[in-house]
Amino acid sequence: MTKDECKKLVLDIIADIAPDEDLSNVKSDVKLRDQLELDSMDFLDIVMELRKQHSIEVPEDQYEQLASLDSCAEYLTPKFNALV
Amino acid sequence: MSTTEHYDVVIIGAGMSGLAAGIRLAHFGKNVCIFERHNAAGGLNSFYSFAGRKYDVGLHAMTNYVPAGVKGTPLGKLLRQLRIKHDELDLCSQKQSRIAIPGTDLSFSNDFALLENQVAEKFPGEVDGFRRLIEKIKTFDDVALDIKEVSARKVIAEYITEPLLVEMLLCPLMFYGSAREQDMDFSQFVIMAKAIFLEGFARPHEGVRRVIRILLEKYRQAGGKRKMKCGVRQIIREGNRAGRLLLDNGDEITADHVISSIGSVETEKLYQEEASIEAKKEMTAGVLSFVETITVFDQLPEDFGWGDETIVFFNDSETFTYACPQEQVDPRSGVICFPNNFEYGDRDLAEGFLRVTCLANYDQWATLPEKAYTEAKTKWFDQVVDSACRFLPKPQQDLNSLTVATDMFTPRTIHKFTGHLNGAVYGAPHKIKNGRTSLENLYLCGTDQGFLGIVGSMLSGISMANFHILQARK
Repeated sequence: MTKDECKKLVLDIIADIAPDEDLSNVKSDVKLRDQLELDSMDFLDIVMELRKQHSIEVPEDQYEQLASLDSCAEYLTPKFNALV
Repeated sequence: MSTTEHYDVVIIGAGMSGLAAGIRLAHFGKNVCIFERHNAAGGLNSFYSFAGRKYDVGLHAMTNYVPAGVKGTPLGKLLRQLRIKHDELDLCSQKQSRIAIPGTDLSFSNDFALLENQVAEKFPGEVDGFRRLIEKIKTFDDVALDIKEVSARKVIAEYITEPLLVEMLLCPLMFYGSAREQDMDFSQFVIMAKAIFLEGFARPHEGVRRVIRILLEKYRQAGGKRKMKCGVRQIIREGNRAGRLLLDNGDEITADHVISSIGSVETEKLYQEEASIEAKKEMTAGVLSFVETITVFDQLPEDFGWGDETIVFFNDSETFTYACPQEQVDPRSGVICFPNNFEYGDRDLAEGFLRVTCLANYDQWATLPEKAYTEAKTKWFDQVVDSACRFLPKPQQDLNSLTVATDMFTPRTIHKFTGHLNGAVYGAPHKIKNGRTSLENLYLCGTDQGFLGIVGSMLSGISMANFHILQARK
């Protein structure tokens, strides 16, 4: 999996969590919280969807790694690739 | 020997809160089953058909309405957590509503400026205090799970001195959510003030059945199970836990977690001796119940001169009494709802509806023999409608000749369909915000957890499922 594919996958999860949110202009290097209305409940859902859909575990002390799409890709891509 | 069925989570009651909790849990892979004593889902907010006509119970309007795209509100949070699109609910905004006391009216709508202007116009000396109170409401964290109870009247008195304005502001908020007589807990006041004045009213074009159908469908898609016409009769304690559950059909099941939406005292009664429950002050059942009349007309209310107001909260004197009446019904105050008067565009409802709700005394209705019960309904139906008509323009036609059907529910009906003690619509006066009970794997959600309105009830189910089960450390 490439980092871009990983970003796409995170965006798919966000689209699922927040169906009314416009995701067409999300910037990779800006915190998701600053461009989208995501609260802690939503981040919990991102973590739980990663577990549910992709069997990826994100421990609670690592949640900050999910702050932006770039940091998500950085942190999650190796995890995805380790699955295969 | 038959094996006992085991679930990760059992939910008692398929009302809005139980369904919402179920959707969250099933979506995240829990093996969850909802047990509901009745054949219909929805609990307090449900619907029925009678003589070919569809009726709603409970819901006049959905509070907490904001249009799609408005951020950071309970409705938005709820839709996300349940993966529902705003459009799916088909919410139509109210036209305009009113708080009516003889000689003084305060109109309000989903645009808060209207109420603010009305207060400025009718209570010019109070508008600054009113604005400061609204600021306090906006910044108050009403959903904190560790909040202390304070008297709303006491807090309001720091901002507003004119008693009439205090009564007029409390009237709609109490009618739409207070489980306590004469006063509210301030956090409950804040929840209701945000839900009604700062956000607003809307209704799905089809009424409450739309909401329930969406919840049922989401729950089913997520893999949740439900058993209808099968309540939980008893919780069998094992040490400090809900060990086994005895069902109405005699089966026994087990679960890691149990969420009960049936009320705090009602839940305790499933595993405690009566005497030990009554001994606890915080375990008092509520006493506030209602009657509601429903009149169906062959024309729309607007067409025979009743205007286009959506909801009118009325009280016939300067003091508002929100308490269990001595008599069967207290017709002095109440809530008028015209389900026709929402912004449906070109989709007007086919018939006109008038619903009027007044406070009622459960005990006075509960024990009546069948014949006396029917007579009491007939008598109060007319008194309730007459009382409401005092606050509406005079109809241009004879109401009787326009009427095609009527129905009425009483505290007895509410008790029958919800199991709430005393037919108490808003449950117990003391709420248990963190949802904990004296058993470590049994939690409350719904009315007695204390988020109000139908958006609140669904958020209650969501919050309790998240807090006690999904986020809980292993």
